[in-house]
Amino acid sequence: MATIVGGINVTHVPYIGRAIANNLQQDPYWKPFFDGFPPIHDWLAKVKPDVAVVIYNDHGLNFFLDKMPTFAVGAAAEYSNADEGWGIPTLPPYRGELDLSWHMIDSLVEEEFDITSCQEMLVDHAFTLPLELLWPNRKSCPVRTVPVCVNTVQFPLPKAARCFKFGQAIGRAIESWNSDARVVVIGTGGLSHQLDGQRAGFINKEFDLMFMDKLITDPLWVTRYSVPDLVELTGTQGVELLNWLTTRGALLGEVAKVHGNYHIPISNTASGLLAMEVV
Amino acid sequence: MPSGKQKRVIPGTTIFDGDQARKGYALNKMCFSFNSAENRAEFLKDQEAYCDKYGLNAQQKQAVLSLQVLDMLAAGGNAYYLAKLGGIFGLDMQDIGAQQTGMSKEAFKARLLAAGR
Repeated sequence: MATIVGGINVTHVPYIGRAIANNLQQDPYWKPFFDGFPPIHDWLAKVKPDVAVVIYNDHGLNFFLDKMPTFAVGAAAEYSNADEGWGIPTLPPYRGELDLSWHMIDSLVEEEFDITSCQEMLVDHAFTLPLELLWPNRKSCPVRTVPVCVNTVQFPLPKAARCFKFGQAIGRAIESWNSDARVVVIGTGGLSHQLDGQRAGFINKEFDLMFMDKLITDPLWVTRYSVPDLVELTGTQGVELLNWLTTRGALLGEVAKVHGNYHIPISNTASGLLAMEVV
Repeated sequence: MPSGKQKRVIPGTTIFDGDQARKGYALNKMCFSFNSAENRAEFLKDQEAYCDKYGLNAQQKQAVLSLQVLDMLAAGGNAYYLAKLGGIFGLDMQDIGAQQTGMSKEAFKARLLAAGR
């Protein structure tokens, strides 16, 4: 059966794409952000995942408000990035992992998570940039991928407790996949930020640091908050932390922190990074 | 009709719920079309005609033509889609944040930095 090697949660701000394209890793603005990654590169070199299940939210590249699934799972041989309209570079396609995609779809529906399956799926910066950050300077991404898209755009969003359970079901699906593959689960987005309204620029360092801490030791802590509570505490887009929580759920049981980083600001966002190993 | 449900009030914040989604559909659909370079060029050629093509109402059209983000939000716009419109004019998130908060861009950026201390 497949093995889950661990999980990595990471911010996905679009302008990271421009920073990578312009080699700004050592620029004073970007350095505190990029410096978080080398210890995680070392860890990935050690645990050698073959497959990444990437839990993210689409920002209006693949999904529009005409059809907005709460949970969607990719089932394509390849996933393309495309023009998102704001001028960040378009990246080359990513390889899929069809066997795991369909095993996850079967297993999730069996567990009563009625996901939307997608045999064609464009992947936006929330999928591509974390992979570029985790495996930099490659012609192509070395891992095969399964995208899992969570609706954090159109309210009502799935509740935190639901996301955690969805993550657990993903974890059970991976662990019951008849394969010797090593799988890493990647959650993207957050942490606190708000792009819209008079409260634009809202950041909540205290909450973010508590959330990162509790994700290791007591992941159900955050489920005490409703989605509107989370909007109030972390901003309208800070609710992307649901992707982090889903990822933590997929790790099933106890985890240890491999490495973390937290830096304010990247664009309007508190950037977070947290790698966790299954113990 | 709006749902009339009692809503959570978070100052300076609009939750993009069903009422907003209903109100803003045409505006958001227009912004979604800006994923295509060809559509962005067509919009820039005649903004008003492009708004009409997507059926924006007077409030939405006025908000777009004056590039007022708070007005677009009030007209049902969603931040993720509106960002594509901002991109056409080369506005980054600090420009958009500064406009919405009535601050200078420098003051807005300084506030973001201060949040990290």
